[in-house]
Amino acid sequence: MKAIESLKEKFSDKIISHDSFAGQDFITAKKECLKDMAVFLRDELHFDFLSDLTCVDYKGYPGRENAPRFETVYHFYSHKTKERISLKFPIEETSPNIDSLTGLWLAANWYEREVYDMYGIHFTGHPDLRRILMYEEFKGHPLRKDYPLKARQPRIPHED
Amino acid sequence: MEILEKIKKIAGNNSVETTEDGKIVLNMGPSHPAMHGIVKIYLTLEGEKVSDCDVEIGYLHRGFEKTCENINYNQVVPYTDRLNYVSPFINNVGYALAVEKLMGVKTPERCDYIRTVMSEISRITDHLTCIGANAMELGAFTVYFYLINAREELYKLGDYVAGGRITPNYTRIGGVAKDLPEDFAQKTQEAFKVLEKNLSDTEKLLSRNRIFYDRLKDTGKITKEEAVSYSFTGPMIRACGVDYDVRKDSPYLVYDRFDFEIPVCSDGDNYARYLVRLEEIKQSVSIVRQALKQIPKGPISSRDFSVALPSKEETYSNIEALMAHFKLTFEGPKPPKGEIYFPVEGGNGELGFYIISDGTHKPWRVRVRPPCFPITSALSRLIKGGYVADIIATFGQINMIGGELER
Repeated sequence: MKAIESLKEKFSDKIISHDSFAGQDFITAKKECLKDMAVFLRDELHFDFLSDLTCVDYKGYPGRENAPRFETVYHFYSHKTKERISLKFPIEETSPNIDSLTGLWLAANWYEREVYDMYGIHFTGHPDLRRILMYEEFKGHPLRKDYPLKARQPRIPHED
Repeated sequence: MEILEKIKKIAGNNSVETTEDGKIVLNMGPSHPAMHGIVKIYLTLEGEKVSDCDVEIGYLHRGFEKTCENINYNQVVPYTDRLNYVSPFINNVGYALAVEKLMGVKTPERCDYIRTVMSEISRITDHLTCIGANAMELGAFTVYFYLINAREELYKLGDYVAGGRITPNYTRIGGVAKDLPEDFAQKTQEAFKVLEKNLSDTEKLLSRNRIFYDRLKDTGKITKEEAVSYSFTGPMIRACGVDYDVRKDSPYLVYDRFDFEIPVCSDGDNYARYLVRLEEIKQSVSIVRQALKQIPKGPISSRDFSVALPSKEETYSNIEALMAHFKLTFEGPKPPKGEIYFPVEGGNGELGFYIISDGTHKPWRVRVRPPCFPITSALSRLIKGGYVADIIATFGQINMIGGELER
């Protein structure tokens, strides 16, 4: 995995941890360096393909009581070297925002809208951050762990 | 975004209205007779040309990911049927493989072969539906019946194996629900005979058909660079000249043992997508034939009692197996703490499962990377600048599957 080594070398002070699980590499880094890392991955290491972008709510996860609540996860793939790499960026509950990747990948647009819809993470610089799966009047963010499984929503008044 | 807000305000009245500069604002969908699938497109038209549009989805969101966080690992399998409901086996297999990788379980060879065979049959049904529905919407109704008849033969095959036409619920963590019936190979050959006949008829009717060709050629065009930036996968990106296929590039199951090709076309338009899908059906048929020749005899589930259910005979004769039976039925498998992203090649492209385990019997997070989500996000880019009639052709070829798109 040459790509991981060069990434670690370049961002040595920003990377929090590097975990391997079942042969997959997950790099956790500070959220300020998301854009720099993404540009570096795309332009220098040929990770031209943003395979997936999602978020995880770790509220109540055993052993993570003091860690930041959210983590956005980015899975990259390189069409050239056929490697995969995943980046994770912890986000505090008090300031749920992170840079948007819409300027780098067109696919990030809808991915980020979905994360905003489901988790309420704000993507700074996103041109059109609206709900995508839920309707505009929806209260709360359904995939957060504190959103009850069978919660009811208020009725929406009829508009002419 | 101001214009968009204005458009929506006018469009919200569900009637045709005109903006100040003489453009027509039109709602297409959510339930439109010429389109399958529920999606709403706000169109601004200049005559018959689309000058601006916005795609709205969310009509089939059922909270799959939220549900998965509250049930055990085996209970998720029936829900995966309902993601892409025209190729359910691939979803089953993709999910099972992800969890097995998380647990470090090795499945028996026969199980891998069965999963491969069923995945390929599913891929064929997916492509048949896409081409058939697309042709029907463009006026070729005969083709629709040819292809849907062929698909029905394959659905019957799936029914024969798993007990469900479109909701087979076939895989379990560590194996498959039941073995292939003894005359499966013969029945498959019979079904393929129908398929090949109908497919060749379809090819004769469509491929060089002036009307069909004119409506697909050069519509919904996209460049290779843009397609990569939009995270296209599957037939959509192969029609843009990128030979990306998960089966070849990061092989799973037993795909590295078969001789098959990845069809690529560099035009990037709807006709290229049609050709790629047509060729892929033939490749899948060849894979299934090879697999049925090579398939070994043996067990179909892992022998690890902490993962897969022991056989009934064992349960009644062996105390370990009896305990495992209880534990697995009540609690289900328990993967260790960890996370995994596992992609497989679905009918529409890369179908990825990102699963996080907290060490209990319920997944902490199950994220599905639906192949048609990024593709549908490019829909407004694909239809902008074209004619209203091209929307039908393009929408048919991107093969949007609501269940998978919105989960």
